[in-house]
Amino acid sequence: MKILVTAQSEGLDALIDMRFGRGAFYCVVDTETVTCESQANPAINASGGAGVQAAQFAEELKVDAVLSGHFGPKAADVLRAAGISMFLLGDSETVRDAVSRFNAGQLQRFD
Amino acid sequence: MKIAIASGKGGTGKTTVAAALALSLTEEFLAQSTLKAHTLLGQPPLFLDCDVEAPNAHLFLNPETRREEPAVLLIPEVDEAKCTHCGVCAQVCQYHAIAVVGKHVMVFPQLCHACGSCTLNCPEGAIHEVPHTLGMLLGGPAVGNIDFAQGVLNVGEPMAVPVITQLKRWSGAADGRVIILDSPPGASCPVVATLRGADYVVLVTEPTPFGLHDLRLAVEMVEALRIPLGVVINRDGMGDDGVDVFCRQHGLPVLMRIPFQREFAEGIARGRNLLEVAPDRTVDFHRMFSAIVEQIGGVSS
Repeated sequence: MKILVTAQSEGLDALIDMRFGRGAFYCVVDTETVTCESQANPAINASGGAGVQAAQFAEELKVDAVLSGHFGPKAADVLRAAGISMFLLGDSETVRDAVSRFNAGQLQRFD
Repeated sequence: MKIAIASGKGGTGKTTVAAALALSLTEEFLAQSTLKAHTLLGQPPLFLDCDVEAPNAHLFLNPETRREEPAVLLIPEVDEAKCTHCGVCAQVCQYHAIAVVGKHVMVFPQLCHACGSCTLNCPEGAIHEVPHTLGMLLGGPAVGNIDFAQGVLNVGEPMAVPVITQLKRWSGAADGRVIILDSPPGASCPVVATLRGADYVVLVTEPTPFGLHDLRLAVEMVEALRIPLGVVINRDGMGDDGVDVFCRQHGLPVLMRIPFQREFAEGIARGRNLLEVAPDRTVDFHRMFSAIVEQIGGVSS
């Protein structure tokens, strides 16, 4: 499965970022091989509609799920319309730990 | 002549000063003054409460609502039958107010700035514009026959600017009379929208470090807009001389000082115009008006 995790810096050992729309980096993870590709969030400096832009970005990346601390209402609307599931993270874990908890089915879904 | 009353810091007394200035320029309050012969004062002023997020001038000017009009923004509506989900509309939108996700098109009215780009660029002509009501414009005569109008932004709507610009347009021409614009607090978009086109800006401040901090920001904004300005120090005596020093260093005229007096605060809290509480202050407002006219070099429209 391909998932997106919001992170404060690049790589699997980065701390997660609690924000979705304005998270610093997006770590695109293959849950089976536990490898990731990080990119800087293109929406971070949008004056408005950052959540909408970020959610569209997630859709273009063709991820199945997004893991973050919080999802704003517009981001959530777009992700739902795209059929992308949302999961909630704790505030000081690494991307690697978040992925392990996801794989173990321990993360709470955001509806 | 358009005089805008702004501040920087909120709660300094913009509406107090604006409402008192308006009243001072009505027939009853001009009776004892040589100003009554001034060409701009042949009719009472027009008063626009541009603080559309929290209008309160009506509390002091008691207008009668005689006309109303919704403030409206044209937002896109997509005809799903014609839409091919190509995504061009989402690409051209600078505000991310329209998103294409799979076979869904989503419009976010609160982000839309009504620029029309999506509508113009849709290759299938699948988008047309529909009015979205943001608020209400209300107008009518007030105390002293002041011509009053206000805008009220609907709760939950994030954009004040379209209501402010529509209010200014709705209220009609300025020629030959004084227009007083009661601005929102701060130095952001709603304030700039209010001040645009004004002939003069009065910045009301309080003589405290907070007042000074925000006054600096407001002065920077007004100077960027290239509008002549002056300062009113309200609640004079309650703080320090930082604002005075700043005005002197910056060459800003201090048009009036209103002392910190409990009965002024009590009167305002009861919805009384400052000039009802302290009619002897009328002369100060007339003096301020004359100073403004002189500073901008006579009559402008």
